[in-house]
Order: sequence, then C-alpha cells, then structure tokens
Amino acid sequence: MKKSTFALLAGAAVLLIAPQFLKNYGIYLLSYWLVFVIATMGLNLTVGYAGQKSLGHAAFFGIGAYTVAILMKAGISFWLGLPAAALICFVVGVLLGFPALRVQTIYLAFATLGFNTAIWLVMRNEEWLTGGTFGINNIARPKLPGLNLDSNLGYYYFVLALTALLAALLWGLLRSPWGKAFTALRDNPIRAESLGVDIRSYTLLSFAIGAAYAGIAGALFASLVQFIDPAPFTVGASIMMYLMVVVGGPGYFFGPMVGAAVGVILPEWLRFAQAWYLFVFGSAVVLLMIWLPGGLLSIPDRVRARWHAREASAARIAAANQATGA
Amino acid sequence: MTDFLQLFFSGLATGSIYALAALGFTLLWQASGTINFAQGEFVMLPAFMMLAFLSAGLPLLASFLAACVAASFLLGWAFKRGVVDPLFKYGMMPIVVATIGLSIAMRSGVRAGYSAEAYPFPSLFADKLFNIAGVTITLSDVGTFVFAMALVLCTQAFLARTVTGRAMQAVAQNTESASVLGINVPRMIFYTFAINAVLAVAAALLVTPTYLAKFDMGESLGTKAFFAAIIGGFNNSRGALLGGLLVGVSENLAAAYISPAYKDAVALIIFMVVILFKPQGLLGRKEERKV
Repeated sequence: MKKSTFALLAGAAVLLIAPQFLKNYGIYLLSYWLVFVIATMGLNLTVGYAGQKSLGHAAFFGIGAYTVAILMKAGISFWLGLPAAALICFVVGVLLGFPALRVQTIYLAFATLGFNTAIWLVMRNEEWLTGGTFGINNIARPKLPGLNLDSNLGYYYFVLALTALLAALLWGLLRSPWGKAFTALRDNPIRAESLGVDIRSYTLLSFAIGAAYAGIAGALFASLVQFIDPAPFTVGASIMMYLMVVVGGPGYFFGPMVGAAVGVILPEWLRFAQAWYLFVFGSAVVLLMIWLPGGLLSIPDRVRARWHAREASAARIAAANQATGA
Repeated sequence: MTDFLQLFFSGLATGSIYALAALGFTLLWQASGTINFAQGEFVMLPAFMMLAFLSAGLPLLASFLAACVAASFLLGWAFKRGVVDPLFKYGMMPIVVATIGLSIAMRSGVRAGYSAEAYPFPSLFADKLFNIAGVTITLSDVGTFVFAMALVLCTQAFLARTVTGRAMQAVAQNTESASVLGINVPRMIFYTFAINAVLAVAAALLVTPTYLAKFDMGESLGTKAFFAAIIGGFNNSRGALLGGLLVGVSENLAAAYISPAYKDAVALIIFMVVILFKPQGLLGRKEERKV
C-alpha cells in the first residue's frame, strides 16, 4: 500500500472514531471544523489552484447560511435549501466574478472585500428578509431517515460524509483536464493563454465553484449552530478564511484541513489566552510568511528537498574524494 | 442647497483624511511594491502614541512631533527591515498576507495589552462655527481640510522639486537604472516608508478627535484609503488626493440623501464602476504585462 493511501485511511479512521471519545461540545466543535474545511476547500480551489485572490469568501458562506435559514423558515425542506444555497452562490459568484475578474491580483482582492462589506450591510439592514442584527433563530436540523441529525453526533457524521463527498468531487475536478488548466493559469497565466486556455471562463469557473462550496458550508453552518446573525460573515471572517488557506498551504489538497484546524480548533484549546490568541496568531502569520511562505504542509516537501540536497552533496564529496584518491 | 453645501464641505474634510492615508499607501506601492493591509492600524497606533505623550505632559503639537519620530522608526524602519525586506523577493502576495497578519496582531495587541475602550482625543482646532451665506461650517472641518491639503501638497512638492524627492521617484519608476545612476536605493525606499509613517501620524491627529482612539478605529479607515487610492489611480500620487476627496464627499451625500445604513457601500460602488470602465484608476497610467 502506498504511504499516502495509508495516511488517508488512517485520517479517515480517526475522524470516524474520534467522536466516541469526545464530549458533546467536542463533537460540535469537530462539525464546526468540518464546515470550515468545506468552505476553505472551495477557497483553496480559487486561491491555491487558480491563483485568484479572493477576500470575500465569508459573503458566500453567509449567503448560503441565510438562503437555508430563510427557506426553512418559509417551510421549505433543508434538502431543497442545500442545493439552492449552492446554486445561488454559484450564480452570484459568476455575477460578481464577471466584472471583478477583469482585474487581477490585488484589485480582485479589494473588489471581493468590498462585495463582502456590501453583503454584510444587506444582512444587517434588511430586517424584513434577514432579521437584521437580531438574526434568525431556531433553525431546524434536517431530517434524514435512519440517522438522528438532531443529536450532535448524528449531525457530525452527516457533515463528515458530505465533506468526504465534496473532497472527492474536488479531487476528481483537479485530476481532470479542467483542473490542469486551473493550475496552468496560476503558474503562468500568459503562457496558459498562449496555449489556448480561455483565461476568463476558467477563472470565472474556479471562482464560482469556490463560491458554491462556501454556500454549501454556509447551509451546513446555519443548521449546525441553529442561529445566525450577520456577525460571522464580516470582512474579518473572510480574511480569516484566506489566512486559513495560506497557513495550511495554498495549492495543497489537505491544506484547508490543517488551516481550518489552526483557525477553528486551536483557539478553543488556547482559550485561557483568549485575549492574546489573535495577537499570537497575527504575529505567527507574519513569521510564517517570512520562514515558510508555502504554508504548514510545505514542511515535508522542504525537509525532503533539504535531505535530497544533503544526500546529493554527500555523493558529490564522495565522488570527489574517489577522484582525488585515484 | 445650503444642506448640500454643508454636507459637501464636511465630506471634503473626511475625504482629505482618506487622501492622507491613501497617499502613503500609493507611495509605498510605487517605491517598493508593498501593499500595506495594515494601513488603518498604522493610523491607530500613532493615535495611542500621541495619547501616551499627552499623558506624559507634552502639549499636543509636541506629542505629534514625538509620535512622528517614533512612528518613522517603528512603522517605517522596523516595518521595512522586519517584514518587507525579507519578503520582497517572493513578490506581492506574501507581503499582503504578512501585513494582514500584522494588522490582526497590532489590533489585538492594543486590545489585549492596553484597553478595548474608546478614548477621547483633543482636537487641534477650537470648537467654532462659521456662517457664510447661511452655510454653517465648523472650524475643525476647515482646519482638517487645510492641514491635510497642505501636507499632501508639501509631499508632492518634495517629490517633484527636491533632489531627494526626484531620486525617490526615480527608484519608484525603475529601480535598476536608479541604482546604476548612483542613487542609494535602500535609503530612498526607507524615506518612502518614513513619509508613509508621518502621513499616518498626521491622519491620526486629524481623525481621532471624531473617531476616538480605539483598537479597531483603523479598520474602516484602512479600507476607505485602499478604495480611494485605487479609484484615483494606483500609480499616481495625485490620484490618491482625488480618490480620497471623491469618496469622502460622495459618502457624506449618500448618507444624507440615499440611506445612512448603506454609507459604507458608497466607496465600493464607485470602485466597482471605476474598475469596470477604467481599471487603471481615474488618473492612472495603463500598465503593460510582461511575459
């Protein structure tokens, strides 16, 4: 068995067994983490694979959450709300991306950042639709025959299954010629264009698919916490998601899992240092950029590169010694 | 009509503060390709520095000058050496991410290490009203506008007229030729960082009496400064001025005539329209892509 397959199976086993050893709150926290894994997987596609700097991911996350909450309040089933959330985010992603992707890099970052502010203002001000700052409460968990989703444990397995499904979809997408075009775009947009990759539609697609992932995550989030208000969907939240991708390692498939753990689970562990946690986190991001710009998951690659270099230089020295000896 | 003029003038005052922060932002970008996401926090920190000097017994202007020195060191030299220099070789995005981290660290550092409260800040100008043909204007609006304009124009005159300023512009336009011509490139880049820090202290001096000194006061200011800089034209320092005033005035008018709740979206809408029709900004040059 290949080493990576083994690691994957071990990880899956841990995720399946872990809740048995956790209290209710721990299970809740794990589900919370998985929701952010789904959202940042989408952002990783946009940022890490297609190279588009998006700082408005929390807006899509919020649109997904509010879509499900509003539809469920209107008596529509979660099972319709979930695809609706994904679809609406996909469409909004296309509509926003169409003008915004005319400009690249930092302009796109500001366009998406501004979009997030606008969406947040709508959530806060349009009380007839979103409940304003009071939010929407008593959002029900979905019903599924055979699995009790009202318990945190049941909901955890539901979210875990969905995460695995979405991860597999993304994996397939990235293996396909489509996915190769995304990476080509990130690594050298001008070369990609000259080889016939239609930059505009590919960037738009990567942006919209990323948005749809955020929408699904938002839908799961609304149903997990059962109460939403505009607070979790600010520009600050978008920046945090972006940092999760960067910290985990943009363009690494498992980067979002690590990044979301740093952004969601670590603050809970470091609760005693609550006030200083963000200070440490911010400083750590600065240091990470200076020492490890590839993110945490680039550590194995780095170690391997250094090891190879050492081995190569040892071989060189040995060869040189032999040459002089002879 | 008098309402309109009143809103227009107070918008100019706010806009000129945006222009100060935006100018520092464009200067940094031109000289070193640094996009500083901590620009708002670069205004917040000097506000607390000045408060500290004030409580040590210095008068307001002396605290301002002391804060300028402290900020040139901390937000100029230390920022350049500690964050920008090591990351310069990796291109733009790592610096952006690092300054995002820096802004989070600065904001929560002040919150955790000092206080989460909002502190009053003395105004440079007396509390006085002018009444010209039925239009009421406050002295602090006029003073803020004049002070900020004077500073922006001084910076531009410095860049255009003095030998040092022209050397700085040469570095911004073409670093290699500048160093071939014997210009000390690292020093010129440091000067740019110092000017950015001083402009930020000035913005703090003008904005804090109304915003109050608080750990998160830089958040909206920083964003507005970015939008102002891009609206005006990222590679043109006059653009920052135009963009700042445009954002300040239209925000004020929109809050009064359209909807106060959506005031913060105004900068975004102007920005979206500008990048749709003129992505290089109102006064910007078009930049060619290099293969």
